[in-house]
Amino acid sequence: MQINKRFALALSAAALALSIGAADAQEKMKLKIGTEGAYPPFNNLTSDGKLEGFDIDIARALCEEMNADCEFVTQDWDGIIPALQAGKFDAIIASMSITPERAEKVDFSNKYYNTPPAIAAPKDTDITGVTTEALAGKTIGVQGSTTHFNFSEATYTDSEIRAYPTAQEYQLDLANGRLDAVNDDIVVVSEWLATPEGECCKIVGTITPVEEIHGQGAGIAVRKGETELAEKFNAAIDAIRANGKYKAINEKYFDFDVYGG
Amino acid sequence: MSEVATVTTVEKPPAPPRPWTGERIAGAVLLGLWVLCGVGLAAYLLAAWNPELFEKYLPYYLSGLVVTLTLVGISIVLGALLSVPVAWMRLSKNRLVAGFAYGYVYFFRGTPLLAQTFLIYYGLGSFRPELQALGLWTFFREAWYCAILAFTLNTAAYQAEILRGAIASVPRGQWEAGSALGLSKLQTLWKIVLPQALIVALRPYGNEIILMIKGSAIVAIITVYDLMGETRRAYSRTFDFQTYIWAAMIYLTIVELLRNVVDWIERRITVHLKR
Repeated sequence: MQINKRFALALSAAALALSIGAADAQEKMKLKIGTEGAYPPFNNLTSDGKLEGFDIDIARALCEEMNADCEFVTQDWDGIIPALQAGKFDAIIASMSITPERAEKVDFSNKYYNTPPAIAAPKDTDITGVTTEALAGKTIGVQGSTTHFNFSEATYTDSEIRAYPTAQEYQLDLANGRLDAVNDDIVVVSEWLATPEGECCKIVGTITPVEEIHGQGAGIAVRKGETELAEKFNAAIDAIRANGKYKAINEKYFDFDVYGG
Repeated sequence: MSEVATVTTVEKPPAPPRPWTGERIAGAVLLGLWVLCGVGLAAYLLAAWNPELFEKYLPYYLSGLVVTLTLVGISIVLGALLSVPVAWMRLSKNRLVAGFAYGYVYFFRGTPLLAQTFLIYYGLGSFRPELQALGLWTFFREAWYCAILAFTLNTAAYQAEILRGAIASVPRGQWEAGSALGLSKLQTLWKIVLPQALIVALRPYGNEIILMIKGSAIVAIITVYDLMGETRRAYSRTFDFQTYIWAAMIYLTIVELLRNVVDWIERRITVHLKR
């Protein structure tokens, strides 16, 4: 009897704790957000190890809108989708383009920005355009496993395409002359060109995005089947677009509208 | 004569009892788990088998494999050549010479191959004007040469230690016997010490080659597309895990082949030690 009573007491205490936990969870959803942290100005680690950038600010605004407790996890680009699938985090907010190939493995929210890709080259370059012919025989650097890499391989068939682990490495190689040109999002390229390290180079031109390769813009990836979470992100994106928060973050980083048409 | 043969009847001793001890059960269970893993993997690959994928990426994998093998092959040979003077310096009585070689080995064994490759390619790449003035830029411009340089320097450090340890393992008496026979130091080394030392060194050499094959998987960070780089490319296109399983199986096959080659060489060169 004694033991039974004690057991019942413990059980009710546990039930109470559980119900409090459940009530808490309803109030505040806990989310882990995966990002790369090597793609300024969208997501980048500062020298003291903090995350900053457009993606990060947007993520914070969305979490606030969804009334969620968000924690950031940095993850190498190549492994970011497997890490999402393995449950290391619940969503990817890392300027990931919504492409058909990726959409087979993960679900996407609507886009939260869409900017065109560009080609950059040293200031004294003889490259005059962004067509296959204009770049024939040149060495082009691109970040591997990206839409830009896929585009470069498919388009610049007469050029040598080199894949780099992050944008920082191809920037080093363009500056020291190992590369004739690089291909990436115009915002990433212009951000780098504005720094002292980017003084060597200039933008040759922008590329008209190809939807089959570049997708419809950058979206938030969640695990396949978690449409509820994706819907929540969609609602939050609409909300911050409507209440001016998006505009404020946009203006903090860029002097043009990154949401695109 | 035939009488003797009929008298001696030898009884076969009874088989020793083999009770099911705890260890034996644990062993059987573990083995069962491994077999299950193997069967699971085979079943997965069979279920996920996609001839279209295979056909599309097989040439990429093959070219990646060639890159990996060429890179490791060249580096191991150049490293072996470089390791001889380094080992000789390590054994030198001159403290300055020995200290220099010690520092070299200390650095290249104590830091990751990834960091060394990165430093040689991107680090030296930022000194382009200086390298150009020295006429070295044409060499350092190419990722392939940088990779070979980094891998050679790295493996030379390890191989020098293997060589030094193996030479040191041959008893001093062998040197003394050599000089008693009137052989020069070099003759003693070449005819007496090295043949014995290389028996000791064979296994560590085999391990070093295996480690280099697996270690070379980092070379894609400097844009050399080896087997691992091609795997990543295939994965980034398909998001299908079997791309990595294929890579793992190719690496496993190479290592298994190497292991057998080393075993075979060892059997050949230790015939005189067999009883």
